[in-house]
Formats: sequence, C-alpha cells, structure tokens
Amino acid sequence: MTLNVVLPQSSTKVRATALDVHYGDKQALFGVDLDIRAGEVTALIGPSGCGKSTFLRCINRMNDLVEGARVSGSLTIDGSDIYDRTIDVVQLRARVGMVFQKPNPFPKSIYDNVAYGPRIHGLAQDQAELDDIVMTSLEKAGLLNEVKDRLLETGTSLSGGQQQRLCIARAIAVEPEVILMDEPCSALDPIATAKVEELIDELRENFTIVIVTHSMQQAARVSQRTAFFHLGKVIEIGDTEQIFTNPQQPLTQGYITGRFG
Amino acid sequence: MTEMIQTTATRTAETVAARLNRRYTAERRFRALGLGAILLSVGFLAVLLGSIVDKGWTGFLQTQIAVEIAFDPQVIDPEGTRDPATLDTADYAALVRAGMAARLSPEADRATRRDLSALVSTMAADQLRAMVTADPALIGSRATLWLLASDKLDMVVKGQVPRQVGAAGNALNDRQLGWLADLEQAHQTRKTFNTTFFTAGDSRAPEQAGIWGAVVGSFFSLAITLLVSFPLGVATAVYLEEFAPINRWTNLIEVNINNLAAVPSVVFGLLGLAVFLNVFHMPRSAPLVGGLVLALICLPTIIIAGRAALKAVPPSIRQAAAGLGASPLQIVAHHVLPLAMPGMLTGTILGMARALGETAPLLMIGMVAFIVDIPKSPLDPSAVLPVQIYLWAGSPERAFVEKTSAAIMVLLLFLVSMNMVAIVLRKKFERRW
Repeated sequence: MTLNVVLPQSSTKVRATALDVHYGDKQALFGVDLDIRAGEVTALIGPSGCGKSTFLRCINRMNDLVEGARVSGSLTIDGSDIYDRTIDVVQLRARVGMVFQKPNPFPKSIYDNVAYGPRIHGLAQDQAELDDIVMTSLEKAGLLNEVKDRLLETGTSLSGGQQQRLCIARAIAVEPEVILMDEPCSALDPIATAKVEELIDELRENFTIVIVTHSMQQAARVSQRTAFFHLGKVIEIGDTEQIFTNPQQPLTQGYITGRFG
Repeated sequence: MTEMIQTTATRTAETVAARLNRRYTAERRFRALGLGAILLSVGFLAVLLGSIVDKGWTGFLQTQIAVEIAFDPQVIDPEGTRDPATLDTADYAALVRAGMAARLSPEADRATRRDLSALVSTMAADQLRAMVTADPALIGSRATLWLLASDKLDMVVKGQVPRQVGAAGNALNDRQLGWLADLEQAHQTRKTFNTTFFTAGDSRAPEQAGIWGAVVGSFFSLAITLLVSFPLGVATAVYLEEFAPINRWTNLIEVNINNLAAVPSVVFGLLGLAVFLNVFHMPRSAPLVGGLVLALICLPTIIIAGRAALKAVPPSIRQAAAGLGASPLQIVAHHVLPLAMPGMLTGTILGMARALGETAPLLMIGMVAFIVDIPKSPLDPSAVLPVQIYLWAGSPERAFVEKTSAAIMVLLLFLVSMNMVAIVLRKKFERRW
C-alpha cells in the first residue's frame, strides 16, 4: 500500500506471472508475464484468437464460468494472488468490474440496472444513498442528462451506445478498483464510440482500466500502455506511443502496419 | 473466345429451361400434397367436433312439464302439527302422481300410475319437499308448477329418439306418447337451460346427473398437481441447468427424465396404487391421490420445458450479473429465473392441460367409483371430468349419450382456455434482447 502512495503513476495494480490458460485440451495462453499499472489505461491488441480476451477474463475470474477452463501460474492484484483458495470470487468481482463486447443491460429499469450492484453488495445504507450512487454513476458515465427523466424505463429501450454507457455506469456504481473492457465499442457506431472513448479517458483518474480492442486507432487514442498478443503469448508491452511509433519486435511491427491481423 | 462464352451461356440457359418445367411441377405436386393433408385433418377435426356438438348441445337443455299440484294436507301433514320432521318425510311423490293423474288420466290402476310416474323425474318430489319445508303455508293451496321431466320423456321431446313405440332408444309406450302429445298441444312442456347439469353431482337418473362434482374433483386434483409438480419441477430444472456438474450421473438423470415423459400414464396409475394407496394408505378415490399421480405425470414435462426456458435466457445476462459480483444463486434468482418464468409457466399450463385430460391412471386409484356427493375437500371421494365422461359413456340409458357429449364440450372448453392462457402468456412476456 505504501508503494501506491510513493509511486502512484507507475505502481503495479495487476501482475501476471507465467500465466497459462487451457480450455480442455487446447492451450489459450502460454506463460504470460504482464504488469498493469494503477491509474492507467492498458490496451490489449492482437489478431483474433490471440488470447487477449482470455487474459482479460482471467483478471476477474470470468473464466471460472467456462466449462473445462484451467488457469495456472500467478495473477496478483495489489500483491495478493486472486486464484488463491482464500480469495472469494464474488468479492473479487466487486473489486474488478467488467464491460462486455455487446451491451447487455438487464431487462429492468435504468435505475435498477445501476442500483443492482450496490444493492447486492449492500453498499448503500438507505434509499437516499442508493439514489445518490445511481445518479453519480450515471453522471460519471455521461448518461445522466439523456436519461434523467426516464429512469424507470427499461434499459433495453436505450440506443446501443447509451446501453453501453449504461453498462459502464452499472460497473462503476460498485466502485471497483479495476475495470475490464472487452471490445466495448465493437457494436457501436462512430459517434457512440467517440463518446465511450471520451468516457474511458475521464474514468482513468479513478480506475485502472484494461481494454481489449481490435481497433489500433482506438488503442492509440485511449491507452497509455499497450500490450501486443500473438498466438497466446505477449509479444511486446510498452508505452502506447512507443509501441505504435517504434515497435521493438518484428511481429508487432507487422501487425500495426497491417501486414497481418 | 467470345463465341465460346456465348455458346456456354446458351447451353446453360437451354439446360435450365429444359428442367424448369419438371421443377415447377414437382413444387406444385408438393404443395398440393401439403394442402391435401391439411384439408384432410381439418375435415376430421370438423367431423369430430361436429358430431360432439350435434349430439351434446341438447344436454344443456332440460325438459319440464307444467302440472297443477294440490298441496293436500291429508297427504303432507294429516295431523296438522307442521312438524318439520313430518313435512320432510311426507310422500310428495303421491302429490305429483295425483296432479299428473288429474291432468292426464282419470283411471287409477297401478299400470296407469306407473306410466304417469315414468314421465316425471323423481326430482319433482324433492322440488315439492323443498317448497313446502321452506313455506308450510303452501299446504292446502294449489299451484301450477314446472316439474322436471324424466329422461325418457326428455329424449322424445328433444327428438333424440323417434316418437314410435318400440323404436330404438324410445322407452315410452303408446299411452305415454299420447299424453305427451296432449301436453304439447296445451303448451305444457318447455325446454329450459339445464342448471342441474352444472350444479349436481353424478346420478343414476340421467336427468338429475350433473358434472359439478367432477369439475370440483378435477379442480382439487389439479390444485394438488400444481402445488406438487410446479415447485419440484422448477427446482429440478434450475438445479440441473444452472448448478449441476455435467457428469455421468446428471446425464443418467437427464436421459431418465426424457424417458419418463414418454411412459404410458397408466403405469403411473399403477405406481400410485402401489405406493400411495398400499404403502401410505391414503384415501381411495380421493383427489389428493389423483393429484399426486398426475403430478408425477406432469413432472417430466415441466422439467423439460423449464430447462428449455432456462437455456433460452441469453448468457450475456448471466455474464453481466456475474461480472457485477452476483453469487450463482443471485444470478439465478434475480435474473435468469424471472426471465425464464413465462416459458416455465407455459410448460406448466400445458402439463396441467394434459393432466386434466388423463383418465387411465385415475382408474387405477379408484376414481372411477360412482360418487353422487360434491367433494368438499381433496380427501373426499370424487370423480374427475374425463372419468365422468368415461362413466357416462358406458351407461346404458339413452339420455347419457347427450350428457357424455355435453361433458366432453365442457372439458374441451377448459382445455382450450388453458391453452389460450399459455399462448397469451407466451406472447405477452416474450422478450427480445
């Protein structure tokens, strides 16, 4: 913890060491070593099937839901191993929020969508505090002005981009430390994408963000650090600017210049 | 080069054109076959429904005849005590007979009396008894009353059997037919709505038989079935679909559930007989046992429908809830189950509709008994609608034919409305993600 105070910008939030993931007989990740720093946006890029989503889903143990998935190696958040037996997965997911590729609001009201996380974790003492959490979260997600008059309408009635920002509001309502985003803009149009990207940049102040993206422009726009995955291995990790302007590995260079992918 | 391409193109066009006719003919043939199949099945359905309605609609009517009754104090209460017990046990049938004789035949020999009595239902005497006990002041007065006709007269008036002595189904003799003609001439017969049919229990006399006992029995049975099979079925479906590990045992259970759905229902009846009656000594002929047996029959249907409904909930909802830190039980209780509920309810209603129509398993546990009383609780002996139909269909009296068809119509009405509810539920709660 003291480390965090001394080195707020470059302190490691999530550290993967020799991380292997198998789905049944198929190995998806091969000895991944990766540090994710607190208070930064880290982008994971790479061609389809390279394991970047798999890695993302290790961080909040969503792979537990996949039948036959095995994780070995170590993955720590603030120094404690999240695959340790003593770690409760429900508690972990309260600390590590997730935004999915396709907007997936609950078929409930906008209010209930955002209030759901705080409710199940008992984060609000009374209704007023819950209202406050919902409003703040919607505001942080830049959605409040658009929906403040129709909080009781269903979340699925919103447009795609609004739905995705609702999902982000839902994730930050729990005040997680880390937010994982799995291609959050792939189902959105360019204007909605721009709004979400703007939002990601603002959220960086309070949260550590890991984002998987297929769009290299997006990675360049929103992230401070970028990791390039290929065939289940991390080929290169570095500052985003350096990865895009001066990649050290020929594979990285090939990918970002569009020779394969 | 260009020529070659052109030749190929021409050849392709020619080949296609040559086959085109055959292809369209095949299509027309196929359509005609499908249309024929549909027409044939619609035809069968129409014949079935038509024959039921044709035979049964008169079952909703009852024949009454107007008779002037003298409430003779000498017959009802010779001593003038107005004691309720005396009023209750008086010979009201004699009053009916006297009224009939006064109207139709002055002769008073036994054969005439018997012929006269055969025209009126024994219920007419009960009607008089009820009137007198309610208002003893009637004694000594005269009144023209509409009395319920006997089933034999009823059949002739409704035209269900020919007005011909000795004709199939006709139980009236020449003299009785003459009296009937006389009464009709004087407009002293009428057909009214058959309330008895909807308020009475079973009876040996067709004109007094009703389906209310069977409806109440069916209601109790289905209530038990629902109470047992819905929670069990939903819990099983949720466990198997959401929590159970996939291994040899759960596969075995799954295969067995699918097989149970196809087991003939009479087998479940035998099981009920062996377990509920012989081991647990539950009451025979009772809706409680019937309901339990029907619950066993419904259970596989509900489980299979429930699992299908759970499978149809998109995984993205589960992931969203899990991503927020919901525990597996919270994921199911807060999100998956509410979304799957309309599908589960639809499956349950369809299962209930099947249970409502089941007959064979209930015969095994003694629900085929002749029961006149309306059951007051699920522990009382009772009939159910399909068994009532079965019982009436086997009765020799001609008048039970229309009762059978009328009861079938009532049962079909219940079935159709249950299926409608299922369809409406499905339409109303159908969700798009």
